[in-house]
Amino acid sequence: MIRKPLRPLASILHARSAGENPDQIERANLRERHEEMRNKGRARAEGRLLIMGALFAGAFLTVGARMAVVSMSEATEPRTSYAGSRIQAERADIVDRKGRILATNLETHSIYAHPHEMIDPAFAAQKLAEIFPDLVAEKLERRFKDGRKFYWVKKKISPEQKQAVHDIGEPGLLFGRREMRLYPNGRLAAHILGGASFGEEDVHDAELVGVAGVEKFFDDALRDPANGDKALTLSIDLTVQTAAERVLWGGMKLMNAKGASSVLMDAHTGEIVSMVSLPDFDPNNRPNPPVQGQAADSPLFNRAVQGLYELGSTFKIFTAAQSMELGLANPETKINTAGPLRWGKFKIRDFRNYGAQLTVTKVIVKSSNIGTARMAQVIGAARQQDFLKQLGFFDPTPVELVEAKGAQPLLPKNWSELSTMTISYGHGMSASPLHLAAGYAAIANGGTKVVPTILKQDAVVKGERVMSVASAEASRLMLRKVVSEGTASFGEVPGYAVGGKTGTADKPLESGRGYYEDKVIATFAAMFPAHDPKYVLILSLDEPVETSGDEPRRTAGWTAVPVAAEMITRVAPLLGLRPEVEPAPLADITLTSN
Amino acid sequence: MRMVVFVLAAGMVIGLSVWAYQENYRTQAMIGETERLQREIGEARARLAVLKAEWAYLNRPDRLRDLTEINYNDMQLLPLRPDQFGRIEQVAFPSNDAPITFENAVEVSSEEAKP
Repeated sequence: MIRKPLRPLASILHARSAGENPDQIERANLRERHEEMRNKGRARAEGRLLIMGALFAGAFLTVGARMAVVSMSEATEPRTSYAGSRIQAERADIVDRKGRILATNLETHSIYAHPHEMIDPAFAAQKLAEIFPDLVAEKLERRFKDGRKFYWVKKKISPEQKQAVHDIGEPGLLFGRREMRLYPNGRLAAHILGGASFGEEDVHDAELVGVAGVEKFFDDALRDPANGDKALTLSIDLTVQTAAERVLWGGMKLMNAKGASSVLMDAHTGEIVSMVSLPDFDPNNRPNPPVQGQAADSPLFNRAVQGLYELGSTFKIFTAAQSMELGLANPETKINTAGPLRWGKFKIRDFRNYGAQLTVTKVIVKSSNIGTARMAQVIGAARQQDFLKQLGFFDPTPVELVEAKGAQPLLPKNWSELSTMTISYGHGMSASPLHLAAGYAAIANGGTKVVPTILKQDAVVKGERVMSVASAEASRLMLRKVVSEGTASFGEVPGYAVGGKTGTADKPLESGRGYYEDKVIATFAAMFPAHDPKYVLILSLDEPVETSGDEPRRTAGWTAVPVAAEMITRVAPLLGLRPEVEPAPLADITLTSN
Repeated sequence: MRMVVFVLAAGMVIGLSVWAYQENYRTQAMIGETERLQREIGEARARLAVLKAEWAYLNRPDRLRDLTEINYNDMQLLPLRPDQFGRIEQVAFPSNDAPITFENAVEVSSEEAKP
């Protein structure tokens, strides 16, 4: 580049001759040159700014456009990841504690009709009625011809039926995919599983929704696609449950009872190994809830969880245990049992007259109402309430079944001294057999609270202590004596050292005033082996009558106890319990100085 | 010199585009293959679920109980009872003596059948 000289000779000479200052020319030129440089620099900077601006705008526009695309476009399954193929089942399986299937899904089809597309509705209706005996041809034909555009024919069909319908060759009969809940074991554990039905439906698919039991309690978890391949493991043991149902059913028939229930619980973990309520139902084909009569008579009613009964003399051991826990008595303390015990207008009687005095052990063994009422009088209402509350008799059981929440034990509104006395032998408050099982488990495991659960537990969680080890042990010895020499002598199972307490409670009248003369609930609450209890069994029969003798016998010792003994005989080997000789009680050693 | 650089660059562009083209098609083929496999896995899982359900159904306690009753003559299966538990001491040791051999044995079991 040729720069313009600051002092061009011609101009300088000209200025000199004119007598002007030639420096002025130089300054003017210098200024001009500076201005030129400045303009150039500015233009360059502006250009750079423009490019940078364009770059940034481009970057932001790209990000924005990408966001818009992501937010507006339909989500697509990732095609190349492994995760896509994992989920097949729409609802997770339910298995027992050893992994055997209790509930699973099966792919089936549903049939629906588009009557306007049908060629020969009469023929199709007739053929359908042949394939499905529960459909009526005339009714179907009327449905096909009354002008509707859509009609569900059948919700669940088998592959053979599908083929048969296919063979009709009617273009107006269409199939939709259905995932069906299958309970392969039929009636087994029906009350625990509950059942499932279709929720939102459409011709292509339908969602499965739990309607009762664990199916409903864990509905969200079972439906969660993330859990599709993880089965829900229950604490139920399939073989034990089968044996228990079989024995209980036989016992119910033999004892002419109208209903029965049993709960077998692990005394340490609170796991329910088997829970039966009879009559039962088939969860594959769950009946509708009853619209008339008593809900408690419906097969859907879970007697073990929902049934609130006065549990009778089985409560006596709690009174005795608390009395020993508080230091008010020991097993050999004499209790006044002279009867009848009067309280205002109310009289407390015993089944027989047991004389003027009995030891605490004998009160339990003979099942003396008067004796326990006297013990409860000393304990007092407040302390009795605290104790029963600690054992869980004041709240619904926290077991994972939807029905459990509704089973709030019935307590007296005003806990008077009379209530204290009657509750001490199990009258005046109602609780479910499951409550009783949890209470007995607390005695069985050495005095810590047990939370009943239907899920398999990995480890024993020690609950809060409700009584000392010594009181629990003394109570267990009493329960053992009830079987070896008391009211539950039919409960003896060689090798398993059963300990337990019978309870026969009169059924309250439906009107709520008074009791039936000849209707009872017979309960046997047991634990085995009594010297080191592993399991607690509660068995109760509703309105049993044993008629082998001269007059009908209704007491639990004649009805519930033999059934429970048979159940323990059948179930204990299945639980892996080896029969063993009961350790003899050690003779007391008195230390004397030498 | 410049010419060489141009030719080399052009060659590289052609080579890379051929490679990218091939990779693209291989990827597509692989995705197709994966999808086919996943469909297969899905079908296999569905089949497995059905087989498991059938297994559970065939092994349901009711059916097994009926089968043991039907086949009682051959199998003689009964529910497990507590008295069936044994101790290892109750099992006899195999004897070291040679098995007893009979000479000129007469079969008597069929004699009873004679009238």
